Amino acid sequence: MAAPFDLNDDSVVVIIGTGAGGGTLANELAQKGIKVVALEAGGRYLPDDYINDEWESFGQLAWTDPRTTSGDWRVSKDFSGLPAWIVKAVGGTTTHWAGASLRFQEHEWKAATNYGAIQGANLLDWPIDAAEMDPWYAKAEEKMGVTRTGNRPGLPGNNNYKVFEAGAKALGYEKVHTGRMAIQTRDDGDRIPCQQTGFCFQGCKWGAKWSTAYTEVPAGEATGNLEVRERAHVARILHNEAGKVTGVEYFDADGNLQMQKARIVCLAGNSFESPRLLLNSASSMFPDGLANSSGQVGRNYMRHMTGSVYAVFDKPVRMWRGTTMAGIVQDEARHDPSRGFVGGYELETLSLGIPFMAAFLDPGAWGREFTTALDGYENMAGMWIVGEDMPQETNRVTLNHDVTDQHGLPVANVHFSDHANDKAMRAHAYKQGIAMYEAVGATRVFPTPPYPSTHNLGTNRMSANARDGVVNRWGQTHDISNLFISDGSQFTTGAAENPTLTIVALAIRQADHIASEMSKGNV
Amino acid sequence: MELTERPQGLTRRQLLSRATAAGTAFVVGSGFVAAPNAAWAYETTHLDARAFATLVQMARDIYPHDRIPDENYVAAVKGYDNADAAPAITAGLAALDAAAQGKGFGSYLDAGWERDRVDILRGMEESAFFQQIRGGLVTGLYNQKAVWPIFGYEGESFSKGGYIDRGFDDINWL
Repeated sequence: MAAPFDLNDDSVVVIIGTGAGGGTLANELAQKGIKVVALEAGGRYLPDDYINDEWESFGQLAWTDPRTTSGDWRVSKDFSGLPAWIVKAVGGTTTHWAGASLRFQEHEWKAATNYGAIQGANLLDWPIDAAEMDPWYAKAEEKMGVTRTGNRPGLPGNNNYKVFEAGAKALGYEKVHTGRMAIQTRDDGDRIPCQQTGFCFQGCKWGAKWSTAYTEVPAGEATGNLEVRERAHVARILHNEAGKVTGVEYFDADGNLQMQKARIVCLAGNSFESPRLLLNSASSMFPDGLANSSGQVGRNYMRHMTGSVYAVFDKPVRMWRGTTMAGIVQDEARHDPSRGFVGGYELETLSLGIPFMAAFLDPGAWGREFTTALDGYENMAGMWIVGEDMPQETNRVTLNHDVTDQHGLPVANVHFSDHANDKAMRAHAYKQGIAMYEAVGATRVFPTPPYPSTHNLGTNRMSANARDGVVNRWGQTHDISNLFISDGSQFTTGAAENPTLTIVALAIRQADHIASEMSKGNV
Repeated sequence: MELTERPQGLTRRQLLSRATAAGTAFVVGSGFVAAPNAAWAYETTHLDARAFATLVQMARDIYPHDRIPDENYVAAVKGYDNADAAPAITAGLAALDAAAQGKGFGSYLDAGWERDRVDILRGMEESAFFQQIRGGLVTGLYNQKAVWPIFGYEGESFSKGGYIDRGFDDINWL
């Protein structure tokens, strides 16, 4: 099973993080016979451990190490120390994600070309495209068991979906369905089918939803080629005089500093921790941080244009029953500048329990305007908006040297302000979401502000040219050939779609490339 | 509920005989706050009983749910009744009473209409004290499992096998 590798074994690939990117990459490499040490900052929690209680689960799974925020986004005011709702555990945020698995649309790979010059936006085309990604997407969909791909049927629609679907059809929307979800629907796979339990965000207690915690990671460990070290918090990536990385320093579960040698290091700590680690690894040779000759490490932070619309009806909905993200409208995902913005957005059902609804419906609000909204909870339906936001150089992750974490390391400061395009798109989406619910009789609607971010993208972006970004078309850093980025921070642009499927597809593709380069002796 | 308890050994009549009315919602005695009908009572340890009654009323005025009984508001703020928190809370409540007096009421509890109390609270909503109480209530009130059924919220369903056979798609009015 789990193969223990020596700290001085410099033939291993070290992967930092075990979420969608790192967990997938670890298994893919292990399956190819490559020795992998995966360092995971969090502990290991499996379906039996998950807690179907919102705050208790948050305490179990969420990344709550200190971070700071700035910029004019409302999260910075209402949740100043919590810019993101992501997970610190084996499996990373694949324990928390809802399961939406959408491919990028063709035009979204080339945002700079297709959207043109947008003032204040640092748009760039991806150096890869839909045709190149097609087979990797297919592999990812197969691995994850995505509904409505292959021959897999869709999930049944729950109450929240039925309200959403009726509203969408009343507005004339046509691309309305129960989504492409990495959730098991039939009794014919390794995973138990969805029991419509709710609490998808708290870890699926049935294991019906794909998570690397109980798919990729144990599959990799079973090969004998993957060792996962839990509660191993990486502090610094080390390099030699030739400018190649040689290993990593990390704090182990007891807080002791360890050093693991490596042939290759793959960074998959999410869009805050990955750039933070590159910046915290600055040296005399790389005074601005590793892989940062472009100055783009930490920049172009994207979080998707998000928001929610909740609505109260005169009769019960009970939206919390069943799949949290139970359906989608894709008609607005197109690029159609006549709407007053570039790019597009998806509408997806969403539900929160009473504890989180109280915290997120209108943070800071009080009095009867707020409490009568919650009084309508049983009759409430909800949707989430997720659209393409504009990369901006000034939206960025930097080190905050005034605040340190439990290991004494400077924390990430996350600076974000909406671009005018983001605001125009959000206003449009609120209007459409409200119209959907009013079309089926909503008595009151709530255009709800974005939550702390779960889609965190772009802070080590992919570029054809080394001066424009941090990694090349393989996620390999332009500056250091044996240092890779394997998470959503490599996204050049964010597209309108939930990012996990693309992160997984890129990780499968990257594993092939790494194996090939290793066999050629290039890395 | 377990978080509130009637002072030991007191009958309803004895309890009420030792109390005076504070506003309309509470009676306050030496070291305890109770419902006028003695349906519940809470013995304070570090906060003055009248101050605690003010705090409970303030909690209800911040997040008023007419179907949630006082016990749950008591439970939401009783965590401030300790040696560490009491001095700052006492000072904050004194400021609240002073603000009420500035608007012509004898105290916060003496303002009989919610709109008058809310007006007093609006005047201090940027204060650290108000924000501490409001912020604490978000979890202190809404994370009490006892209040969830009042909203119709069913909590976890895993132990019952989820909703696949229990109405995940039972909506019938569309």
